[in-house]
Formats: sequence, C-alpha cells, structure tokens
Amino acid sequence: MDISFLLNGETVTLAGVDPTATLLDWLREARGLTGTKEGCNEGDCGACTVAVSDADGTRALNACILFLPQLHGKAVRTVEGLGGSHPVQQAMVTHHGSQCGFCTPGFVMSMVAGHAEGATDHDTQLAGNLCRCTGYAPIIRAARAVEEAPKPDWLATDRAFISPEILRGETSGRGAEPPFSNAPVAQEAMARGAEPPSSNAPVAQEAMAGGAEPPSSPISSDELAALYEAHPDATLIAGATDVGLWVTKQLRDLPKVIFLSGCADLKEIEITDTHVRLGAMVDMNRMRDAVAPLHPSYGEMIRRYASVQVRNAATVGGNIANGSPIGDNPPALIALGATLHLRRGDTRRDLPLEAFFLDYGKQDRAPGEFVEAVSFPRQPDRLKCYKLSKRFDQDISAVCGCFNITVEGGSVTAARIAFGGMAGIPKRARAVEAALIGQPWTQQVVNAALPEFEADFTPMSDMRASARYRMETAKAMLRRYFAEDQGQLTNVLEVRA
Amino acid sequence: MSVAKPLPHDAAPLHVAGTARYVDDIPTPRDTLHLAFGLSTIAKGRVTAMNLDEVKSAPGVVMVMTADDLPFANDVSPSAHDEPLLSDGTVHYVGQPLFVVVATSHLAARKAARLARIDYAEEPAILTIEQALAADSRFEDGPRIYEKGDAEAAIAGAAHVIEGTFELGGQEHFYLEGQAALALPGEGGDMLVHSSTQHPTEIQHKVAEALGVPMHAVRVETRRMGGGFGGKESQGNALAVACAVAARATGRACKMRYDRDDDMVITGKRHAFRIGYRAGFDGEGRILGVSFLHHAICGWAQDLSLPVADRAMLHADNAYLLPNARIESHRLKTNTQSATAYRGFGGPQGMVGIERVMDHAAHVLGIDPVELRQRNYYAAPVGGPAPHTPRSISGGMKENTTPYGQVVEDFELHGMTEALLASSDYAARKAAVAAWNAANPIVKRGIAFSPVKFGISFTLTHLNQAGALVHVYQDGSVHLNHGGTEMGQGLFQKVAQVAASRFGIPLEMVKITATDTAKVPNTSATAASSGSDLNGMAVKAACDTIRDRMAAYLAERHQAEVASVRFGNGQVEVGEARYSFAEAAALAYQGRISLSATGFYKTPKIEWDRIQGHGRPFYYFAYGASVTEVAVDTLTGEYRILRADILHDAGASLNPDLDIGQVEGGYVQGAGWLTTEELVWDDKGRLRTHAPSTYKIPACSDRPEVFNVALWDGQNREDTIYRSKAVGEPPFMLGISAWLALSDAVASCGDAYPALNAPATAEEVWKGIRRLSDGV
Repeated sequence: MDISFLLNGETVTLAGVDPTATLLDWLREARGLTGTKEGCNEGDCGACTVAVSDADGTRALNACILFLPQLHGKAVRTVEGLGGSHPVQQAMVTHHGSQCGFCTPGFVMSMVAGHAEGATDHDTQLAGNLCRCTGYAPIIRAARAVEEAPKPDWLATDRAFISPEILRGETSGRGAEPPFSNAPVAQEAMARGAEPPSSNAPVAQEAMAGGAEPPSSPISSDELAALYEAHPDATLIAGATDVGLWVTKQLRDLPKVIFLSGCADLKEIEITDTHVRLGAMVDMNRMRDAVAPLHPSYGEMIRRYASVQVRNAATVGGNIANGSPIGDNPPALIALGATLHLRRGDTRRDLPLEAFFLDYGKQDRAPGEFVEAVSFPRQPDRLKCYKLSKRFDQDISAVCGCFNITVEGGSVTAARIAFGGMAGIPKRARAVEAALIGQPWTQQVVNAALPEFEADFTPMSDMRASARYRMETAKAMLRRYFAEDQGQLTNVLEVRA
Repeated sequence: MSVAKPLPHDAAPLHVAGTARYVDDIPTPRDTLHLAFGLSTIAKGRVTAMNLDEVKSAPGVVMVMTADDLPFANDVSPSAHDEPLLSDGTVHYVGQPLFVVVATSHLAARKAARLARIDYAEEPAILTIEQALAADSRFEDGPRIYEKGDAEAAIAGAAHVIEGTFELGGQEHFYLEGQAALALPGEGGDMLVHSSTQHPTEIQHKVAEALGVPMHAVRVETRRMGGGFGGKESQGNALAVACAVAARATGRACKMRYDRDDDMVITGKRHAFRIGYRAGFDGEGRILGVSFLHHAICGWAQDLSLPVADRAMLHADNAYLLPNARIESHRLKTNTQSATAYRGFGGPQGMVGIERVMDHAAHVLGIDPVELRQRNYYAAPVGGPAPHTPRSISGGMKENTTPYGQVVEDFELHGMTEALLASSDYAARKAAVAAWNAANPIVKRGIAFSPVKFGISFTLTHLNQAGALVHVYQDGSVHLNHGGTEMGQGLFQKVAQVAASRFGIPLEMVKITATDTAKVPNTSATAASSGSDLNGMAVKAACDTIRDRMAAYLAERHQAEVASVRFGNGQVEVGEARYSFAEAAALAYQGRISLSATGFYKTPKIEWDRIQGHGRPFYYFAYGASVTEVAVDTLTGEYRILRADILHDAGASLNPDLDIGQVEGGYVQGAGWLTTEELVWDDKGRLRTHAPSTYKIPACSDRPEVFNVALWDGQNREDTIYRSKAVGEPPFMLGISAWLALSDAVASCGDAYPALNAPATAEEVWKGIRRLSDGV
C-alpha cells in the first residue's frame, strides 16, 4: 500500500509498503536512523518512543508496535529530528539523566511529547519508559527543569502537516500524495452501494505482488462494515498494541489486514444527559479524559492502564474485541452497565457488555462483525476501580475489581461488580451482588457476602499471582470499597512521606 | 584539576541526540548476515532427532549450523569448559541453543529458527533445591565452609537464639540493550568483533578458540554497552563466537542480537539463594555466634558461580564483628539458565542473610534495630572516630577480624550511621510511624535502616591488574585507552579526568576511545566495581611516564631541575619558561622524545585462599547506609517506597555527580530485586517471566518520592586513585533497607516476626500480614 507522512520535517512517500512492517524496523534498517532503540519489541520499555503529531496534538508512541500504515498523514519526529537543541536534551545532560544512554532517546522523546502538550505529571508521562541505570531521579529533575521552556518551532509544522481533507483523499498538494489511492474510488463505490473498496485497489494489489491480500484502510464505519463483511477473515488493526505483538513476538504473517485508523466516525465521543458513548477507535487516553470527570476512580485506573505510549494507540474497541480476561477496561464498563454496539454490514445489534464474553478466547461476535461503540448510562458516581498488579504503573493486572454499589436509605439498592483476572473472561460477581442487594450497607453484610466470591470465581495461579491471592484480594476489594465509603484511608498511593 | 569535578557523562550529549553508537547501530557492509539461535524446549534430556529442513529452506536463510558444523572449540564458558555454544546433543535447560540460523535479515533468522522439528528423549529435570540435594547435583565436591571460632558452642550458650530460613530470588539484569555482537572477517583469517561485553579479552579468547587461531588474529572492540550490571561479563560469549564462526564460514559480516524474550530465556541471571540461619545473642543484643546455610541455585553450567557463592560467604558478616561464625555454602546444579554475575556478585545475597538476622534479633529482643546493629559494628580504625558503643577488649574480642581472617582497618560506619540518623530524622520518624500505625487500621507504615560494607577487589587475585595506553600527539591532544569498558557507569569520564589531571590540561584535550584488545591486552572484566580503581591507576602510570619524559627533556633543555617542571592549567612551566602543553608536546616530539606509553597497575596487599577461606581478599571496603520508609496496604499487600535517605562512601570521589548517579540507580535496582522483580519458572523449567510485560523492574514512579542521597566526606585510607573508592556495586545493597522497611510495616500487624521472603511482592507482603494477623 502507499502511504505518506512527514519524517523529521521531510515528506516521505512509500509505495508498496509491507502493511505489518514496524516503524522501528523501518527507521533503523531502511533509513539508518538508529537513534530510536529496540529494548523489548513489545511496547513495554519505551526505548523506541517517537513523537507523532497531527492536528489533534503531539503524542508519544512506541515505534516497535506501530505499523507504517498507521502513520499515514501524520508527522513523525525521532530523536534525530530534534537537532540536538531541544531543551529536554540539554536538561538531560545537565541533570545526569543518562548513564548507559540506551533508554535515553526514548525518554527524551516521551519528555518532548509531554513538554509539547504542557504535561507536568512526569511520573505518568514516563511510566512507559524503563531505565535500569539511573533510578529515574535525575530524569525527573530534568523533566521538571524544562516545564517552562519554550516549545520548538517544528511543532507547528508537524501538527499542520496533513489535513483531514488530505486523509480523505479530497485534496492534494500539501506535501503528500492522496493517501489511499483507492479511497476516492471506494467512496464512489460505496455511494453506489457497489462492491467493497478492497476490490478497488489496483495500485495496492500490484504492490503486493506476493499474492497476499491487499491491506485496506477504510475511512468510515460504513466503509469498514462493507469491507469487513466481504472479508471476514481479515485482521482488524486499530492501535496495534496487541496485534503488534502477533507480528513482533509470535512472528505471524497477517495476509489480510484492515487498518481502522482512518475511520474518523469511530473516534467520536458522545456525552449526553443520559449516556456516554465511546466509538471503538477512541484511544485510551481520550477515554481517560472523557470518563475521569464523571468517575474519578475509573480515570485513575486508566492512568495506570499500560503507559502513555500504549494508551495513545490502544483503543476502547480493540481492548474489548480481543476478549482478554485481564483487560482492565471491560470490568469497569460492565460495572457501569455498559452496552456494546456491534455491527455487521448494515446490521447492528446491542448487547450487555458482559454477554459479549462467552468463554476464554471466545466472544459473541459473528464473522465480519465488529465493535462499533460502547456506551454506558450517566449515573451518580459510585464506581471504584481497584487494579492490583506487581508494579503500580505499566503492569497487567493480577486482579482488577470494579464495584458500583448504590446505597439508598442505608440499604444496597443496586450492585454491579465485575472482575478481570478472576476467570477466563471479564466477569460479573453475581452471587456477591445478590448477597448485597436489599441488605443494609454494613460491615456485617459485607463480611457475610465475602464467601460468595467462591461461588462466582475459581481463579487460577500464574506468574502474576496465585489463585489464593487472587481470591482473597478480590474479597479484600469489597472490604476496601466499604471502608473507603466509610471515609477510611485505604489507598497507599495517597500516602506521602 | 578535572579530578573531583561533577562533570556529566562524557557521552551524554550523544546519548540525548541518539548518536551514541551501540553494536546494533554500527553501519555494516551491505551483505551482512544475521543470526538467531534455535532453542531447546525441554529442560533436560537428549536430542534424538533434529529436522532442520524447513529451517534451511525458509526465506532468506543462508546457512544453518549445529554443533557438528563447528570447526574448532564448541565452548563459550568463561573457565570450566562446560558450556557448549550449541548443544552436543544433551539438553540442560529450556532455552539452550541447539542450532544457529544465518540469514539475510534479523527477522528472517528469527522466523526460520522456529521451524525446526526436534525430537527429544526427555529426562526428569532438576529444578528445585530439594531435587538438586536429593540428586547431589552440585558444583564442587561438597559444600564450602568458612569458620571462625566455634559458632555452635557460642549459639548454644547464648541467652537468645533465633533461627529461620528464607528464600531469596534471583534477578534479571534487564540491561536495556540486549546482548549483541558483530563479526567482520578480515584478511588472512583475522577477525574483528564488536561486542557488547564487559570482558573484551574473554570474547577475544573464546573467539580465537572457536576459530582455531591465536589470540593475535582476533581483535575485539567495545565502545559502550547499553547497560551491563554483570550480565555482559560472560553472557556475550555465545553471540560473539557464533558470529565469528559464521563470518569465517561465509566470508561475510555476521551480526547477532537477542530479541528480548530470547535474551531473558537464554542468559543467566542473579543466583537465587535459600538462606538458613541460627544465631545467638546476649541480653544487650550482641551477637555471640551465627551459623549460615547457603543454598545457591547455579543453573546448568558453572560459569562464575563459585566466586559468586564465595562472595556471598564473604559478605555474611556485612558490618558486624562476628565472634564466632560458620558459613556453609552449597552450589547446586539445576536445569535452569546458568546463573551469572550480577552487580554485587553474591555479596548482596550474603548481606541480606546477616541483615535478616539482625532484624529478627531486634524484633525478638525488643531493641531498636539500628541500636542493635550499632552494638555489633566492627570497631572504628585507630585514630578514627570512636565507636558508638565501645567493644570490650577482653573476652576474646580483641580483634576486628572478619570470619575469613581479614582485619577491618577502615570501618567508617560509626560516623556515617550517626550522620545519617540525624539527617534523616530517624528517631522522630520512627515515632511518627508508630503513631500512624496506631491510628490507621488499613494502611501501615514501616521504616528501616541498613548499612553496607562491601569488599573491593576480585577474589581471584590475579584479575586485579589493569593496563593503559596513552599517546600525546604533537598538538598536545591526548589519546586515551585502557582495559575498562563503559556500560553507563561513567568510567571513561572518570579515567579521562585522571588523565587530564596528570597532564594538567583541559578535559577536552583528552580523547576517550573504545576498549580495544589490540591496544591494551590481557584485560580483566570490568567488574567487581574495580573499573576506576584499576584503570585509573594504570592510566595514571602511563600519563606519568610520558609526563616524566617531557619533564626530563624540558628540564635538560632549560638546565633546570626535573622536579621543578610543573604541569597545570594547560601549561608546562620550566624555570622561567612557560609553554602551552601543545608547545611542550611539539618540543618533546622535535626532541625525539617518545610521547606514547603504556601503564600498568596491580592491586597491592591482597592474598586469598578460597578453599581455606582465609586471607585478605579485599584491598579495602566501601561503605554505605540507608534509611527507607514505606507504606503498606494491609488488604492486598500493595506498598510504596515513600522516602529513602542515603549516605554513601565513595572515598574522595573522582566525580561526585556520577557517583551519586551510581548510588541512586543502585538503590532503586537493589530495591527492585527485593520487591517487584520476581522470576517465575513453571514445573517444566520454563521461565514464565521472560519479557518486561511479566518481569517488573522498577518504573519511574517506584523510585522514592523523597530521595536524599549524599556522599560521605572522606577519603580512602588505602592509596587508591586520588583516594577514591569503588562505587559500582556497593550502593545496590542499600536497597536492603526497603525490604526491611516492608518487614517493619508488616510487623505492626501482629506480634510474630514477619519472616518475609524475597522478593517481597505485594503477594508476599500480604502473606506475611495474614500470618501475623490471622495466624494463617
């Protein structure tokens, strides 16, 4: 496929791109830009961090699990593109922020992206960058030192590189070819209700002479729906934070892929008086911004969900659709009573989110059907999300417990409790809920409900936690919810030296 | 003088610009080939059939080699010749290289390596201490035992006896740059190897063996590593040898770098230990005798396990004068990765043992843990500050001797401890912690102190030598080379500061160059914290040789006394005459004076018998002390390190800011070892934590929010380079205070001693809380 993006201020146009070539490999092997490092090749260490800008701003992303087509129409800035003159770079030297130096370009780029957006929550901004030498203290000193420093000139040009019109193929001449050579044709075809666009991509097909299916990049959910219905065997790629590892770690070939990043309408967030609706392509940082004011505990949980880089790529829909039993978002959404909106062709259906997860690795999703959105009702905030992991930041949960318990007149009138990490799927604690509903909201009732966890769950032991620890901490989370409700201090993250 | 200046790392401007080159960044010839190992999937057994047809026919594959294809030595061990590059048919652990793929790209090699079809005759694997003991699977014939006095008798006669056993996990190095090597074949069978290694000479040695050539035919160059921490002392051999053999076979440049998962599955880690202890104390908390039982899990090959386990024994005393001690050490051979060097080299494990004993005793005796420690400290040196509690000269305690017979002559911890207790406000904060715990039922706090006394020198005495090569060019610029390697610790900058100081010139006139076996031969690994001690002295010697030649020439030219020639401020003064250093160099050149010299250094005073466990293995000791405060959530065992205060002894520091960097980083890495960094193997011997997704080193927010680090204002009592002290490993052990602080917080949940294992993950802390609060 053909793509175009800005690399360190220069327009790059690539024809016949291998759709699952990563930006990291391309930078290092094709461009000789070796400043961007490979530390883990799975998005967990941040050594490959680059800054990617578009009209919405500048974001840090992990180049190791970023496929080249995802960059189409955006501006990429690597450490080499800073020219050595960014205030972050000098501060890192002055404050001894580098020792071995291998993680340093990634830190620098995360700091540059954070600085560009005016972020001062440095621990959160840098949670996705691992350093084994410094103990982080000097890096944070450097980050603090440049909070007020002026922003570089290139930010404006990077952000202005390509407009949505160019992305839609409606105009050209601003430094890039119309991005998807098939896009205008596809739109036309869609308007006529004709064949899906992937059959109208002669250029891409030619480029993919190896016999593999052409990758496709629909630019709306309608186009996606038609395309995916016609090609239900295709792999949908949203943020690639999971699919990326299929390629870099499982070394899988993905013969047919559909990139969703062009589907602007799937990125919409709708907040009304009655509900919140999140399009499938809403990334987790935008989701955090949307839900944090409504449900602060949820917002805090998402702060600890992976890292800035991963959240900038990972999507609401991807996290649900991949059906992971340890994804943190489904338990919270289930506790809020979320509805999943699925679509296949022109057929849409809704189901309670918990009903989507049938069994480990099995979801209620037909071939060609995709997650269009998820929504949950507006409600008084009674939600608490407890994410338990070996490390606070950038760690997969051993247990993620989300509690939404309504108390009226001293009694529990409603309870929705859902867990990740306790079963093969994200799952509600229905027996526990039943033991609480209609009961007075007291320690005795809470204690009496604890054994019901055993009816709801039979967790397993793995490298993250033992079955016993999972079970007992799940119970402890209910006790925590009650204690917190009584005004007790229960959160070590709130304790200061 | 540039020595003692807080200058940034020499390569910092390159680091932040992304222009610092690591092995995988070196531009390579167009036809460079890439290697990947095919790995065993069982822990123990024999390969009965290896079908590599699909591997060989995979896209991009140029060649596949097995052990049978190796022309000469099939060994990548550092000493014992027990570690084949490629399996000889016997499988010793999950992840052992069986064959190597040579392909046109890194990805093609990785993909092809997974296409092998291997049949095995599987045998029961030895994965646990119990299994190893039952099978008597060990290195060396039996346990090593070091003894001083009669520990058992002393314990039997003591008023208080404590005992226990705990597990102490290993640790993945997690250098951010994975292992990497690049071999470039030269003319006439020569080989140039770029290796990310702490030990270029060993790479040279192993490559020469594998190619069947003298060492002179192999040149190894190492500009820098992206972190080492001991993990690149011996673990880079396999990649370098594989690349060299493949380069010889194909005539093309060959490169290999491990994918992170491969790196973690193939390479060795810190040794996990089980430590048993029995100790007797008197009523005032003075230790009378202690007996330790070390079980070290060494993995499948010997590697460096013997000196690692030795060093654990040598740190079983830490800062405490043990009147009677017995340390018994078993080095167990298991079907897991071959455990290897890791910052502290066994010292941390030994030290955790005695710190556990002190902590346990303080709990049982009801004495403040700092007070109890101070009462057991070694005596301060004669003429030094008075000890906190003067030890009795009578009663058989008239010496100040370690369990291995070395007299402690430089004990700094009395003064350091008092200073740290004051600066950290320990007493008031301990009271505040108690008050908090009385008022808060769910979140508990804990605070703890721990000292460090770490022995400096390789225990294998002959390794304590170093060489340097210095050239002064006729424009006065200086080319500096020595045997040490740069892995981020700032060695090159410190040594350059030494060179600049010897010549009295600005640092910019000194060019730091890559470690190169063709410039300085027969080097020791950059390990044992010895880098600046050894190489700094060797460079000083080389610089002084040139300086003396220049001085003699200029003195003769001016009919002045040689001793009157002064080097400083970029100038050379001879009587009334004054030259820039460049002018002086040009004059010396014109006077046909050699401006190139080697330098050499060997550590004095040391001698050691590791079998008897007696002698002076260490030239001196480096000291440190830390206080850590934590908060623990008793519902789930989750915790935070709230604050750490550290006072560390770097002698007269060559570069205080770089040394503080070592202290901060060492503390966090040490705390990580004892808290979140958990290695998990399943019952088939498969490592389940083989990537950062599952193995959790400290992240940014895990550092102490309040982090006060200072250097002790002192100087080395021994004649080291500018009276500085080694600083690479010792601060790692300051992290022990974090583990002890967790124990202190857990102790507030009941009456029993928490008896935590390590790493004290949230689950381990939670288990401790449950034991104390519920008796389960």
